[in-house]
Amino acid sequence: MADFSYSIDLDGIATIDWNVPKSQLNVLTLSGLETLESIIDEVLENSKIKGVIITSMKKDFSGGMDLKMLSKFESSKENSPSSQIYDLVMRLHRMLRKLELAGMDPKTKKGGKPVVWACPGISAGIGTEIGLACHHRLVADTERAKIGLPEIMVGLFPGGGGTTRLVRMLGLMASAALLFEGKLMKPNSAKSAGLVDELVNPDKLLVRAKTWILEATEIDRIKPWDSKNYKMPGGFPYHPTGFMTFAGASAMIKSKSKGVYPAPQKLLSAIYEGSLTSFDNALKIEARWFTNILMQPSTSNMIRSLFVNKAALEKGLKRPENVPSQKVVKLAVIGAGMMGSGIAQSAATAGIKVILLDKDKIALKNGLSKIESILDEAVKKKRINQDKKSYILNNVLASTDYSELTECDMVIEAVFEDPKIKEIVIASASKYIGKDTVFASNTSTLPISKLAKHSKDPSQFLGIHFFSPVHKMKLVEVIKGDKTEQKAIAKALDFIKQIHKTPIVVNDSRNFYANRCIIPYLNEGMCMVGEGIAPIIIENAAQQLGMPVGPLQLIDETSIDLGVSIANATKKALGKDYQDIGVEKVLFKMFEIGRLGRKVKAGFYEYSESGKRVRLWSGLKAEWQDDENQTSFEEVKNRLALVQCLEAVRALENNVLLDIREGDVGAILGWGCMPWAGGPFGWLDLKGSETIIKICDKLEITYGKRYQAPNFLKELNKKNQGFYEVFNY
Amino acid sequence: MTDAYIYDAIRSPRGKGRADGALNEITSVKLSADILSSIRDRNQLDTKLIEDVIWGNVTQIGEQGGCLARSAVLYAGYDETTPGLSINRFCASGLEAINLASNQIKGHAGIAYVAGGVEMMSRVPMGSDGAAIAVDPTLSMNNFFVPQGISADLIATEYDISRNDVDIFAVESQKRADIAWKENRFKKSIVEIKDQNGLLILAKDEHLRPETTIQSLEALKPSFKEMGEIMPGFDNIAKLKYPHLEKLNHVHHAGNSSGIVDGASAILIGSKEFGVASGLKPRARILSSTSIGTDPTIMLTGPVPVTKKILKLSNLKISDIDLFEVNEAFAAVVLRYMQAYDIDHNKVNVNGGAIAMGHPLGATGAMLTSTVLEELERRDKELGLITLCVASGMGSATIIERV
Repeated sequence: MADFSYSIDLDGIATIDWNVPKSQLNVLTLSGLETLESIIDEVLENSKIKGVIITSMKKDFSGGMDLKMLSKFESSKENSPSSQIYDLVMRLHRMLRKLELAGMDPKTKKGGKPVVWACPGISAGIGTEIGLACHHRLVADTERAKIGLPEIMVGLFPGGGGTTRLVRMLGLMASAALLFEGKLMKPNSAKSAGLVDELVNPDKLLVRAKTWILEATEIDRIKPWDSKNYKMPGGFPYHPTGFMTFAGASAMIKSKSKGVYPAPQKLLSAIYEGSLTSFDNALKIEARWFTNILMQPSTSNMIRSLFVNKAALEKGLKRPENVPSQKVVKLAVIGAGMMGSGIAQSAATAGIKVILLDKDKIALKNGLSKIESILDEAVKKKRINQDKKSYILNNVLASTDYSELTECDMVIEAVFEDPKIKEIVIASASKYIGKDTVFASNTSTLPISKLAKHSKDPSQFLGIHFFSPVHKMKLVEVIKGDKTEQKAIAKALDFIKQIHKTPIVVNDSRNFYANRCIIPYLNEGMCMVGEGIAPIIIENAAQQLGMPVGPLQLIDETSIDLGVSIANATKKALGKDYQDIGVEKVLFKMFEIGRLGRKVKAGFYEYSESGKRVRLWSGLKAEWQDDENQTSFEEVKNRLALVQCLEAVRALENNVLLDIREGDVGAILGWGCMPWAGGPFGWLDLKGSETIIKICDKLEITYGKRYQAPNFLKELNKKNQGFYEVFNY
Repeated sequence: MTDAYIYDAIRSPRGKGRADGALNEITSVKLSADILSSIRDRNQLDTKLIEDVIWGNVTQIGEQGGCLARSAVLYAGYDETTPGLSINRFCASGLEAINLASNQIKGHAGIAYVAGGVEMMSRVPMGSDGAAIAVDPTLSMNNFFVPQGISADLIATEYDISRNDVDIFAVESQKRADIAWKENRFKKSIVEIKDQNGLLILAKDEHLRPETTIQSLEALKPSFKEMGEIMPGFDNIAKLKYPHLEKLNHVHHAGNSSGIVDGASAILIGSKEFGVASGLKPRARILSSTSIGTDPTIMLTGPVPVTKKILKLSNLKISDIDLFEVNEAFAAVVLRYMQAYDIDHNKVNVNGGAIAMGHPLGATGAMLTSTVLEELERRDKELGLITLCVASGMGSATIIERV
């Protein structure tokens, strides 16, 4: 069976069905494209055919383009990768343009066949672009359906005519959320945005499509841009209102992307240049910019981490083979604090029965109301309805009775991050749990093998480290203790899959992977303050690296006292090996004067009464800033990036991190580490080991050992390879 | 090398750049032609000797489009052998016309030029000709484009110029312009604008507000705060380029920025040979002229580096210059200039500037030239420096020397 097929009914209406065999979701591959091309040729040439429906008999229309197809271009003698991409994209354009003109006379626009898109459910990317090339768009009015162009999320933009058609249809302003934010819209929003024409009862989708074809007049099948009096909605760039829109758009996009994400800029360039010329030239322009963005090394890195490897990890790339799939039926979460209630809510949302255990009744009550308030927020934002909310709440049972644990097949403890408390809780819970129950600790720093000693069966004990806030953060770090069995790891991964999060699996060590890399970033920020670097430079350098928040802001969020307790714990653990790089004078001073962060409305930043961040605390300048000796902005940027990335390399060298793909996906999802570069290893590859080593050597002289280039990098440099090359991923 | 001399310098009064401004009823070509006719008639010029008319004009669209220079030459009835060249270097267009003409003469391309410019801001709105740098994403994003008002506020922030500083400067500009008019210090330059029947339309600059005080300015809201901080947030772009700034200080408003006005101006430039042939006496020599490009984001700091460049070219020190005309596009531009060279305000814009009298874009450069020349004569001083900041990050300068 081919990916596309068609049938003709008695009224002479051809229905093209996109139905990729053995696949849940249709994605467009090269062979699919070939089939669709010939079908379009056939239906347009066949004079018996009056009109065309494009649909899918699956639940959904399409998940988009097979992005792997776009990353497989290699240089040949005749054709550079860019000419191969451009040719392929233009081929797509020719096909869709042909469909759009549907056999009409190019001058008079007479004749031609009406083409209607009947979308049964989800449509993303190229799926929606096919829809946009049709004359009329119907979407089944279902809960499930979502329509959009999410290409920007992986560092691309719609390159199958979606950019050109959407902007000409809606104007720059109205298409911005779809193109620049990659928003997927529910049917009613898609309708009010003007993306689709009609919402149809799912059972009547094809019936309505046929009626529309039979009733379609000549005007119905001429696109606005193919008629003589076309004007771009909102004005083209040199129209007085359009001028303001385009000037403003450049500023907004540049400020949002901090100049590190090339896709939004190139997308806007495609829109701008395209809007100043004919429709067909605009498609060429779109194809040229699309080729250009695809050829950026940072784009391949983004696609690799955010799309390919993230999906692979979610599908079980790191799951031990030969272990049968095990679903969690009943989960116990011990500790109803912020993390515990968050974990309970995530599991309950996925349909798992959850026992939320806490010895403290008040804590339990607070935990439940936390869950409820998160759900209320989701209801308010229309992400879930009231029924779903009650369903989730019904899945959570609060209890103070540890004997409830006997029925649970998985237990996660999320009590206060103190080894003593955790040890006691683990030991007492172990008395109740069954033989095969997997016991996990949601610790962010404590060594798992040590905690495991207090559990009933260390082979069934491991770490499952969630990030805060649990309902928003996709990453879960699974930590193997030295005795943890494969089966327990598999169960943890199956559970994470159940709750739709993304796992990485790491070996046990202080701070594991994520915190091991974040802490140096925070410390470097404080160290720089102490050196006299202007705090605003530190924060802006982080932002311009593409970090979501600067180190000082992040410390304010996580609080200074947490920093103090981590520093003290590290000191205790490392003993003589502990070295203060210059953090303590800042950290302890802030602690001493009670500027503990956002929670007390005073930290590195000043806050308003209502807790809004206002500006950097002016005291920092008075206390530390050295206006005479400012480090260059570039060096500040390099330092903030390197302390994270070098630590990631060391984690790999020390066998804590087991796979750079997990290192990159984990860093992006865990602490937002340079998604534009595809994560820390992606960033190192973009810079190249030779450059990195040079920077390290220089920084090491001034700042010491923490900038010493790891041996792994030196090896890469000798081999003249990048991380992804040497591992052949 | 032949020297280039200024034989005459004239300008129209500046009309308010609004529908109720006095010059609003006049077309751009008529105002241009009036000035061209005046300079011809009062010098009894044989226009056959005029090699070219170089006309600065920024918004070259509609009635200012289609090579307005040649249209004005024809309208004024110059000999048909005199061509016309419209040029655009934004706010320095008028000065650029003078610089080009003087360099042509120095290079033996003809013996006489009329150089100047026009801008009918009330009739052809500023910015209506479009600008790729504002809207072409490749260009605007790579160059951190922000509108001029944001750049002016960025200068104030970067160089610690306060709201009070700019307001004091603005009040002083008004005061000086008022005195200059009362003492008739522009009498040689001003040409009254009349209709086709000889009826007077405008005799004096009409944009002045001599009653301005610090208190009255304090009440004005900053003009660029909203576009900077809220929609679309241009401050963020400035801060990406200037990451040591946490926040921009929005100090500029209509009262301390140049006024939008209509006006035209012209300078008669020629070689010594031309003066002899026409029986005219030179008033000043154009010593040197130059332009420069600077950071397009802060955009309006060009006068500082271009002054350094022109002083070096002329082998002069800043202290050699007797009088400065630094265009008052925004108060911070001039304050930064005085700060950079540590120049006393009593040598700069001594008769006020564009904050009081207005800034008719394409005409301003030649207006500043006539102003400084007349003042050098009044004070019997030698050297005057004219400089303007220019959009997209440029600066232009000219030094003249009385003869």
